[in-house]
Amino acid sequence: MNWSVLTLVGADQKGIVAAVSKVLFEADCQLAEASMMRLGGNFAMMLRVGHVAEMNLAEILQPVVTAMQLHLHVDDDVPAKPQQLEPDVHITVYGADRTGIVAQVTSLLADAGLHIVDLETAVGGSSERPVYIMSLEGSAGQGVEALRSAIQQMSDDIEISLTEINTLRA
Amino acid sequence: MSVLNILAYPSDQLKQMSATVEQLDESLKLFIRDLEETRLAGPGAVGIAAPQVGVLQRVVIVDVSNMKKPCDNHGHMIMINPEITDWEGMVMGREGCLSVPDFTGNVIRAESIVLNYMDPAGDRHEITCNGFEARAIQHEIDHLDGMLFLDRLVSRRTDLFHRKIYK
Repeated sequence: MNWSVLTLVGADQKGIVAAVSKVLFEADCQLAEASMMRLGGNFAMMLRVGHVAEMNLAEILQPVVTAMQLHLHVDDDVPAKPQQLEPDVHITVYGADRTGIVAQVTSLLADAGLHIVDLETAVGGSSERPVYIMSLEGSAGQGVEALRSAIQQMSDDIEISLTEINTLRA
Repeated sequence: MSVLNILAYPSDQLKQMSATVEQLDESLKLFIRDLEETRLAGPGAVGIAAPQVGVLQRVVIVDVSNMKKPCDNHGHMIMINPEITDWEGMVMGREGCLSVPDFTGNVIRAESIVLNYMDPAGDRHEITCNGFEARAIQHEIDHLDGMLFLDRLVSRRTDLFHRKIYK
């Protein structure tokens, strides 16, 4: 079995997941990890798909891509058993919305060894006083203390807190 | 002594109710020794329950005393017929399971529990456990009731801010 990663994005509408997964199921594809969400007025999905070697996924998905006006990108030959990266820290960030929050925070954290596994952001608050909110999980490659020191260097207008993820193995 | 085979989901036995232990006999003691050896063979496992090796008896072992990040604990505990008689608070945490390899997920558990159990010598204990130890015990007692942490999963995206305690 070969593995590919599909990225599909399009104006949000009812039935995108059902239509895409039905086509893949009927082509005997196997689904592994997937992440899908509504993003603004769009719906975005990324999924790792297993299939026979000679299969052209773009061709198989063409009817649904056309009907639902989706953008499709296919990355072929991704690993069958990707290396697991277990997050050990959860970091939340918020502040009055301004440009550069993500760049500043993630740059400092990356320099301190953070490998991000999952990240989501949102803009909340009122339209006059928007609040930028970010929540992420990652693996502290240089230890949690390095990340804590990096957090100390963040500018004062950003609230940032770190919680260690202590995974139970039982 | 021997390392027993750990059942992985979708084994039927993981979804069944375990029976109350009626007799503390030699065969139970030998089984507990094997169960402990099996736990120690699991990578970093802080707990194990008898149904995970296909024995549907209410026996669990928990030991969170050797964590990299130390936490409140009662040391190494072999618990026969454990029962949670009271609980308080709720907290979200990440769990994995020897019976569900290669997956971890968020589960909400009681922050603090009052626990009744019998040790292998037949003495009864009532203890209060908190935090990580309480989580491990709840995870193991779930196994005795045919429940996996998969039955209690909440989305990683459920709560943008992981509140420590919700009441």
